[in-house]
Amino acid sequence: MRKRYFDHVATNPLDSRVFDAMMPYFREDFGNPLSLYALGTKAKEAIENARAQAASLINSKSSEIIFTSSGAEANNFALRGIALARQNEGKHVIVSKMEHHSILNSARFLEKMGFVVTFLPVDKYGIIDPDMVKKSITKETTLISVIHASSEVGTIEPIKEIGRIAKEKGIIFHTDAVAAAGNIPVDVKDLGVDLLSMAAHQFYGPKGAGALYVREGLRIVPLIYGGIQENGRRAGTENVPAIVGMGRAAELAKDEMADRTEQMTKLRNKLIKGVSDIENIYLTGHPKNRLPAHASFTVEFIEGEAMLLLLAAKGIYAASGSACSSKALKASPVLLSMGVPSNLAQGSIVFTLGAGNTEEDIDYLLSEFQQVIKRLREMSPYSKGWGMKGEGGECTVQK
Amino acid sequence: MKFVEDVKADVTTDIVYMMCPMHLLKLEEKIRELDDGQILEIMTDYDGALEDIPGWCEKTGNEFLGISETEDFYKFYIRKKVKRK
Repeated sequence: MRKRYFDHVATNPLDSRVFDAMMPYFREDFGNPLSLYALGTKAKEAIENARAQAASLINSKSSEIIFTSSGAEANNFALRGIALARQNEGKHVIVSKMEHHSILNSARFLEKMGFVVTFLPVDKYGIIDPDMVKKSITKETTLISVIHASSEVGTIEPIKEIGRIAKEKGIIFHTDAVAAAGNIPVDVKDLGVDLLSMAAHQFYGPKGAGALYVREGLRIVPLIYGGIQENGRRAGTENVPAIVGMGRAAELAKDEMADRTEQMTKLRNKLIKGVSDIENIYLTGHPKNRLPAHASFTVEFIEGEAMLLLLAAKGIYAASGSACSSKALKASPVLLSMGVPSNLAQGSIVFTLGAGNTEEDIDYLLSEFQQVIKRLREMSPYSKGWGMKGEGGECTVQK
Repeated sequence: MKFVEDVKADVTTDIVYMMCPMHLLKLEEKIRELDDGQILEIMTDYDGALEDIPGWCEKTGNEFLGISETEDFYKFYIRKKVKRK
């Protein structure tokens, strides 16, 4: 049976061109970039080349890129690093309820350290209101962090508007662009962000490579103490192959973004249109301002996990909300914050498309998905009116 | 330690929160870029720099002018040595 992968927001397969670029740095060019002999300088040059490639993807200077081990590390680094660097100016931080756990849990850590954190509410599409950001600012506010695009519901946030507000008020602004960078155009100058997180495996690069953009001149307290790697701001011997892979993947993402977006949007629209023929299923996230490869739904009367297992038996791999929440069989905090009732949030399913998907894959998915829903609803007591019917969500009703 | 006030630096480099030994690497890099006799200001929160920077100046023949303190970090002032002709 052919495997059809629709979980590209969880991770992507490595592009073969990225793999080829990485290979020499595992064996023959294995040197430590801090070593002074040729083997070291070659590794150092490879890192600096990757830094320029990653910088080019988001229109920053090379010197503004700090490589990390992941998007989560970049998020931890940004939140803690700026909050601590500025704690003499104030101890108030603003984040949104749409954030990834690496932001939410870092914010909770700051709360334990005596900071005050505002968790911004969102509307039914998961959009953060820039006016709400403005109203939440106090004299103590030093940092705002808002996700660029949600991996759970695909919604793209009004980052540019929030960036303008932050700049007016002289507050540092970070965006978690892990799901966005490499998939939609991201320009740090245009967005007006001071810090931005990204991860290579979201755009066909390797796992274990991420980056934090830190605007020139900004002070940040390190997360990992040690030596002078990354200009004395992030210690640890560099993961050279992964960094090289991230650079090459960033270069390819930039060059091929227009084509990829066109192809993904076409397939995604076909999928959303096809799903809208099924009864009692709702699109989550914004219908237009969403990631091109992202289609997410809540299905009434059945659980996400059950759908995933039956789809997997048909060779279809998808997700049910965030990896963390679905693993814990917990209703997604993101969906709940959007006003989706908890019973409906349990029926969450997320399809994220990628380079390997074809129109035929979408036809197969639509056909199997309908059968899976039918089968599960036949077994579900709720579909027979056992208490949960009629509590429908506020999200966009497709039919 | 010699404390100074109102030193006018030609170049300033901010390495606050950057890890040791960045204070010595940046010092060397920035001094190399200066003209003879020009003054470098380095901002750092690293306490070890209180010994390291005057020591580096003594070793290399550059003039250590002194420091000033803020709440969070130090400012070091170094005048680049003038080479004999």
